[in-house]
Amino acid sequence: MWSFSKIANIIHEWLSQTFNVTWTTIIEMVIAGVAVISLFAVLGLVLVIMERKVSAWMQIRLGPNRVGPKGLLQSLADTLKLLVKEGMTPNGADKFLFNLAPFIAMMVAMLLLAPIAFAKDFQLWDLNIGVLYVSAISSISVISILMAGWASNNKYSLLGAMRSGAQIVSYELSAGLSVLAIVVLTGSLQLSEIVNSQANGWWIFKGHIPAIIAFITFIIAVTAETNRAPFDLAEAESELTAGFHTEYSGMKFALFFLAEYANVFIVCAIGATLFLGGWMPFHIGNWNGFNNIMDWIPSSVWFFGKTFFLIFLIMWFRWTFPRLRIDQLLNLEWKYLLPISMVNILLVTAMAILKWHF
Amino acid sequence: MYRETQIVSDVAKTPLTGEGTFTINVGPQHPATHGVLHLVITLNGETILNIEPHLGYIHRSIEKMCESLTYRQFIYVTSRMDYLSAHINNHACALCVEKGMQIEIPSRAQVIRVLMDELTRIASHELWWGAMAMDVGAFTPFFHAFRERETINDIMEETCGARLTMNYMVPGGVMYDIHPNFQKRVKDFLQLYKRKIHEYDELVTGNIIFQNRMKGVGVLTAEDVISYGCTGPVARGSGVSSDIRKLYPYEIYDKLEFDEVLETAGDSFARYLIRLREMNQSIRIVEQLIDNIPEGDFQAKTKAVLKLPKGEFYQRVETARGELGVYIVSEGGTTPYRIKFRSPGFSNLSILNHMVKGSKIGDLIAAMGTLDLVIPDIDR
Repeated sequence: MWSFSKIANIIHEWLSQTFNVTWTTIIEMVIAGVAVISLFAVLGLVLVIMERKVSAWMQIRLGPNRVGPKGLLQSLADTLKLLVKEGMTPNGADKFLFNLAPFIAMMVAMLLLAPIAFAKDFQLWDLNIGVLYVSAISSISVISILMAGWASNNKYSLLGAMRSGAQIVSYELSAGLSVLAIVVLTGSLQLSEIVNSQANGWWIFKGHIPAIIAFITFIIAVTAETNRAPFDLAEAESELTAGFHTEYSGMKFALFFLAEYANVFIVCAIGATLFLGGWMPFHIGNWNGFNNIMDWIPSSVWFFGKTFFLIFLIMWFRWTFPRLRIDQLLNLEWKYLLPISMVNILLVTAMAILKWHF
Repeated sequence: MYRETQIVSDVAKTPLTGEGTFTINVGPQHPATHGVLHLVITLNGETILNIEPHLGYIHRSIEKMCESLTYRQFIYVTSRMDYLSAHINNHACALCVEKGMQIEIPSRAQVIRVLMDELTRIASHELWWGAMAMDVGAFTPFFHAFRERETINDIMEETCGARLTMNYMVPGGVMYDIHPNFQKRVKDFLQLYKRKIHEYDELVTGNIIFQNRMKGVGVLTAEDVISYGCTGPVARGSGVSSDIRKLYPYEIYDKLEFDEVLETAGDSFARYLIRLREMNQSIRIVEQLIDNIPEGDFQAKTKAVLKLPKGEFYQRVETARGELGVYIVSEGGTTPYRIKFRSPGFSNLSILNHMVKGSKIGDLIAAMGTLDLVIPDIDR
């Protein structure tokens, strides 16, 4: 199986021969940083065009089809437009916080890209508390939204930020608990170990019904955490015009926009890693021929395939469901999802102790 | 789900100014107001304390304009009031003038008029359905509604020469005869509609989120509806029979078979269901008439210059939004002395504050959607 680690090893060997240890580390970090930033930008472009095409397909229309082949370069053109637009700061705004907020949103998204295993042996930072790190960093994103809403000096923005604060803080609980279910089953917080534990079957298959419940809870909770419809109350176009980013324009708006899509990618990547086996190919028991064919598909294709499947799922939600009201949203979390996840965690623990899972 | 968290009674008593309250201008430019309605909302957090609609942003003084136009000319202006039921507006004016002139209109013209009215009603409800779903945050239904609505617009374009402001009804009948393709295309539309209507229920009506957003929200009792003078689907959603086509039949409505749709719940969902079922009733009417368009003239012989006798004339019709009344005062000249329109949207808007006081912002938008406001109709 072809692997990215070969390229990484070649670069590492060449750097170690040419420079001393310190410089090698520094240069490798720079390369990694540039890779994350370019991945961030590319993801934004790809996901925007994907969302537009998916929505067009669901809404019986064509979607962008003028710039580039089949309109694939449309988001590039849009980015160019946003880059040259004037970045307005309203007069009454708190200028420092107003300008800082989009960067925090983007920073959070970039930090979250670090521990994800994109392919076999292709991971920027395989830290031993990967799951904890992801939950911790992702909760910072609410700060950027609150900051943007408060600093805009706009009542719509403030309402959006308030809603978003209540929403993200609530749904983090279910997201965390559903992730914990897999941590209990695996016995590790390290993402690479969680992936390796699924070599003989993904957790969604191995974990019986509790894993499926955890998966569904996870998908609902992360949809809410990333402020996507039907939980897009922070933006709520028909109610709050654009919610917390009403006053943003130009590149600052684009950063929020990109951060949203990067967050969607990240939560789907985490979902794919925890429940769908990350880059692990699909194997069925003793069907050696079938398993060998599956092994031939590169691990990166498996990872991105699963992730984009989940992204498609989340886009499907967005273009199908109406939006919830704020009290219904909080009821759903505190009265339904949270109790279910708590009971579920007990079930999973019992299952893990009794070794009922495969 | 909603009632448990309602803090309406406490909040509604709090004063409108002071700590904890703030004011938001929704509109005139706002995605939810379907036009340029301006609402000044006093809020306590997310809870609405008071709503004050401000009108005048697109006031064109249509009623005053009509006073300087002849009885043939003023009908064209009325297409611009409730632009989603332009045919029905024209129809009301034409009927009122005919009443004054005592013109007998040919039966072919009557049938064509009713057909056009009902097609307009379907088109208007289709657009409302899409916009309603958009108000509660679902974008896709809008495009599905437009798929059917475009077919109606194409039919209108072929026969009337326009897609939105048709100006097709004139005193004495209709302006032109129907296009040779008219019957075939209407039948095509009927087929398309029947094939696709189940999607409406699958996509929106049956959705649990949508039902939670609609049920028990914006409840109006029959007393409320009557005291605010609401008509149309808003009144019928609270169980008040108000279909002018049944109560004061005009043209050939008394000879047609259709039901007045009534719901008793009075909430947003009832008003939603009323409009969906009304579309089916309109389809019924179209089906009865499309094969039975009598031969003959499409327009009665009238004088070139119309002069209404001295007096006052009133005609009411049922538009897609409710009762439209046309009141003409004539001094015997070629232009009306005074014209007043009783538009359904204006009365329906007046109940908004009563309806959503104490609910959340999301409910305001959803409940306002079920009123089906067309702002140029309110702000003439």
